[in-house]
Amino acid sequence: MSSPFHPFTVRSHRWLLLALLVAVGSFSLPEPAAAARISDITETNIVDRAVRFFTMQDRSLRYALIGSLLLGVSCGLMGAFLVVRKLALMSDSLSHAVLPGVALGFLWTMTKNPFAIFIGATIAGLLGAGVVQAIRSTTKQKEDASLGFVLAAFYAVGICLMTMIQNLPGGSKSGLDKFMFGQVAALSQDDILLLGGVTLLAVLLIFIFYKEFLLTSFDPSFARSAGLPTQIFHYLLMLLLAFSIVASLQAVGVILVAAMLVIPAASAYLLTDRMGWMLMLSAIFGMCSGAVGAFFSFVGRNLPTGPLMVMAAAVVFVLALFFGPRHGIFARWWRHRSRSKRIQRENTLKAIYRILESEQFLDQSVSLTELAEHRRETIEEASHQLHDLKQCGLVTMTADRQSSVFTPAGWQRACEIVRNHRLWELYLTNAANYASDHVHEDAERIEHVLGEEMVRKLERRLQFAHRDPHGKLIPSQADIQSGGPTPRSSEAAVGYGAGPPEEPLR
Amino acid sequence: MKSSAGTETDIPLEVHDLSVAYHKKPVLYGIDVQIEPGNLVGIVGPNGAGKSTLIKAIMGLLPLTSGWVKVFGKSYKQNCSRVGYVPQRESVDWDFPVNVLDVVLMGRFGRLRLGQRPRAHDRHVAMECLEKVQMLPYARRQIGNLSGGQQQRVFLARALAQESDLYLMDEPFVGVDAATEAAIITLLRELKSRDKTVLVVHHDLSTAKEYFDQLLLLNMRLIAYGRAENVFTPEILQTTYGGRLNILSEVVQTLGGPRP
Repeated sequence: MSSPFHPFTVRSHRWLLLALLVAVGSFSLPEPAAAARISDITETNIVDRAVRFFTMQDRSLRYALIGSLLLGVSCGLMGAFLVVRKLALMSDSLSHAVLPGVALGFLWTMTKNPFAIFIGATIAGLLGAGVVQAIRSTTKQKEDASLGFVLAAFYAVGICLMTMIQNLPGGSKSGLDKFMFGQVAALSQDDILLLGGVTLLAVLLIFIFYKEFLLTSFDPSFARSAGLPTQIFHYLLMLLLAFSIVASLQAVGVILVAAMLVIPAASAYLLTDRMGWMLMLSAIFGMCSGAVGAFFSFVGRNLPTGPLMVMAAAVVFVLALFFGPRHGIFARWWRHRSRSKRIQRENTLKAIYRILESEQFLDQSVSLTELAEHRRETIEEASHQLHDLKQCGLVTMTADRQSSVFTPAGWQRACEIVRNHRLWELYLTNAANYASDHVHEDAERIEHVLGEEMVRKLERRLQFAHRDPHGKLIPSQADIQSGGPTPRSSEAAVGYGAGPPEEPLR
Repeated sequence: MKSSAGTETDIPLEVHDLSVAYHKKPVLYGIDVQIEPGNLVGIVGPNGAGKSTLIKAIMGLLPLTSGWVKVFGKSYKQNCSRVGYVPQRESVDWDFPVNVLDVVLMGRFGRLRLGQRPRAHDRHVAMECLEKVQMLPYARRQIGNLSGGQQQRVFLARALAQESDLYLMDEPFVGVDAATEAAIITLLRELKSRDKTVLVVHHDLSTAKEYFDQLLLLNMRLIAYGRAENVFTPEILQTTYGGRLNILSEVVQTLGGPRP
């Protein structure tokens, strides 16, 4: 694998995903008989509560943790597909669209029966998705407008129904208000079963149909042309999405479940270039955010879980944004910084070369004052740069610390830079018809980025010419490998030894 | 749409009375054509002539308002494994988290059962196809880090990995460098030498005659189909590119209402 982020084989991430699920599932196995309800917990001290959280003595606490981990996995996996399919807004609309279904599911049984609510909410969610599809295919409205419409309209209906339920006798104790912002502590055993079932289904389907989901997400027309049932996989994904949203509602709430879908996936997208790893990372980030959110919700005495989970996910996102190994802001800044330092070093090397050249390479060393004069800088600046070159093993300083001498490596790099510069100038004047007084600035930039392969091409194109447009000698391969400057007059030496005599190149 | 039953024939593509409409506005009108095997066929016509629409309709990606398509004597669905497709480059998101090899491997998916993983043999074929388009060194690159020409070659390699007998290519020459253009031409000739049939949507008249054996001139109607030297005549080009079929396009305007 080419990148440090893919240390395993292509297939291993799928097995890891399964292992992850087994690990989460095994949490729920041990079940001590005496377990307190979460509301019975009376510790007032934050430390006591934290200890209680980590020792997981209470069943409801274990449910909370398992629930948030499962939710992290299913939302993370679904979110990864949404993000790469550019359907992130879909999750927002769907999650708001399920609210009337939650209310109707409650009215159906008049209790907070997880299964009734699950069915009602799923139907409402799919109805919302259907409306989005219908508006898009029958009118000229674009996707964003239809998503916005469904979000607002369904949500409005949901709010009205919820308010009506609150006003029913006993309605205010229904616990339905927890569906708005989420309360992981309110998860019941049935909720966990539902979440577990949905997560298992999502993991299994993605595990089995990974290649189909991948191709239909990347290039649906190609998938259809190759005979894949693209529509079926699209609807399957939407169904799984609706399931994940509905199963997560109790823990995260209607308002913010979309964030648990999008943010972990978006963070993973910042860190990797492979879909398999994106799914894996997204699930892990989802689990971390879920667990951290559950923890703070518990420590903070049943603060709403949704916002806490989303805040945790946002922290992960910001960390990925700044510290991602390849695309992160910090990594980019660091690369930029080391590049500009390299360019500065190479420019100093070039300056030393040109000073030596102006003395026909009779003298091997260049003094600080000469360098400062040549580069029109102060002695301190010149001394600082020489120090930098010395650190990199490109020059050595004489005993009096006033002059510098090329090391073989420094000489080689200096020759290469000067060669690149002059070759490029020659190329621009001869092949690209630039005026010879316009080429210097361009060559100043190009000299640092020309690769050996391109240099070979340029040499061939320029028929191994050995003088640049200003009549200066282009260092030859022999010069570069000679290990150090040798005295010669600017007339005596030849650049590319075997090349044809100078002549106008066309 | 009819006659899904049929027997395998050598005729790679038979299109009968094919019409396509977008939002009730006809784009293609009664296309009748029978493509002869082993040819490089350029589909040429002005913008909006329905060139891409034709190949999408052949593959059933768009609903037909009339007519039917047969691929080697059977319906497209039955014979889709014998068709390779190169979509337009802009049709996908190149920031998608896959690398070059992943994309080429997708060409094998049509040959695998649902839920079946690509086998070692599929990887081997994908690598060979990458080699053919000189993209093997880039196998592990994320696809967004490629130049336009390289991206086009990846798409070609994916179609090659389909190991089909009929290839449909949608504007493969758009926005590619000279080296890629030459590589594509070499590849097309190589496919022809192996008796494959290739239909290429092409917009550059100056190269059309040189690149293809046969040309299919299209402007909502099939204007002409035949050997390049026979149909690349000023009269036929005038019909294709010159004034539209006036009455037809006027009627179309009234049918479709104002343009959206």
